[in-house]
Amino acid sequence: MSSNNDTMGKTLLVTILLCVVCSVVVSAAAVILKPKQVANKELDRKSNILAAAGISDPSKSVDELFKQITTKYVDLNTGKFVDVPAGYDDAKAAKDPQQNVRLSRQEDQAGIKTIAQIKPVYLVQGDNGSVEKVVLPVHGKGLWSTMYGFLALEGDLNTVVGLGFFSHGETPGLGGEVDNPAWKALWPGKEVYGEDKTDPQIRLIKGSVDASTSNAEHKIDGLSGATLTSNGVTNLVQFWMGENGYAPFLNNLRAGEA
Amino acid sequence: MSKTKDVLVTPIFKNNPIALQILGVCSALAVTSNMATALVMTLAVIAVTAFSNFFVSLIRNHIPGNIRIIVQMTIIASLVIVVDQILKAFAYEISKQLSVFVGLIITNCIVMGRAEAFAMKNPPIPSFMDGIGNGLGYGAVLMFVAFFRELFGSGSLFGVEILPLVNNGGWYQGNGLMLLPPSAFFLIGIFIWIIRTWKPEQVEKPDFEMAPNTKKEAV
Repeated sequence: MSSNNDTMGKTLLVTILLCVVCSVVVSAAAVILKPKQVANKELDRKSNILAAAGISDPSKSVDELFKQITTKYVDLNTGKFVDVPAGYDDAKAAKDPQQNVRLSRQEDQAGIKTIAQIKPVYLVQGDNGSVEKVVLPVHGKGLWSTMYGFLALEGDLNTVVGLGFFSHGETPGLGGEVDNPAWKALWPGKEVYGEDKTDPQIRLIKGSVDASTSNAEHKIDGLSGATLTSNGVTNLVQFWMGENGYAPFLNNLRAGEA
Repeated sequence: MSKTKDVLVTPIFKNNPIALQILGVCSALAVTSNMATALVMTLAVIAVTAFSNFFVSLIRNHIPGNIRIIVQMTIIASLVIVVDQILKAFAYEISKQLSVFVGLIITNCIVMGRAEAFAMKNPPIPSFMDGIGNGLGYGAVLMFVAFFRELFGSGSLFGVEILPLVNNGGWYQGNGLMLLPPSAFFLIGIFIWIIRTWKPEQVEKPDFEMAPNTKKEAV
């Protein structure tokens, strides 16, 4: 029975049939499930933005809550709002030589090599159009992985509302504690900038912050046992809040010229 | 009917794919830091082993002997992609945590081992059962390991706090080793030990017998 299976013709026939059937199954699954997957990604992104901005209301859906947030795009060089074509993806743009900025070693504090020139920002606006909160996407190298998150600032563009990472691969229990709600609760109320509004002062320190020391408003407890992840968080926050990051935009926004 | 039941139940303890056959250990290390991911991984592996066994068995009389491995791989790979797509669509959070390990079910020796060893020689329904049984066997070890890793590493089970951690203002200092993959080695080792104490017939004969010392020691 099986001896005639080994002929050239039978082998080719089985191979071709199998490949056709399998490829139909795989592509059908991919095509049918695609809309649901895209919706999931979008929902995930929105809920992370909302979480960073400290907006939560269990009685409302994420989409409903997201209505109070305006998505705008900013040219990091000029710090002004720009229009982008529909479907613009800053993660893709960061890899495209036409649309990214290559960072020199000195500028590249966060260890990310290139950044997209145009980044999305998320604004929570009050009734009179004033900015109440700004949520900025940030990312940078930790110990093992690139950490992706959102940093939210109050309307004064200096006080932190919250920081949250939605994707990272740091050591569970050590660097992975960036997800710990108790640690994240240390961020709200901290101040990013000192007198000079372009040079971010905020950083993580070793051990816990003594509120009576000077500059305590710029310091956050480091993660114990995770010095390199803590440094990574400091670096990425300082980079994105610095002049290669959002500082020009924040200054424009403060002056009402964005 | 009792044969079908046999096929389903033996792989769980008697012929466990991880404990006795020592297959599929790699993914057992990676996805067991908490119970929810371990459970989803178990379900994914059960689905893939069962259906790959079923389909391989269905066409077993037409698979040319010299390309049988690649035929099995194609079927397994297609099923894994389908499972991955379904997870991304319906369990997005978990699929993010499992990341590449769903895709790596393709390389899980259990799936291919069963296709080659069982499904090529048996009709579809018993093969399907054998797949479920082996998936359950894999899952039993996964759940065992994940139970201890999550309980002692993060002080919780299925994300529900059992031992309040010091970090969250409780009293329990989490065991950091438990959160790292190597701890699964110890736990799987202990699991194998327990099973072989319970069922001594699983203990393998040593490859080499220690020869008695025949030389006279100098006194």
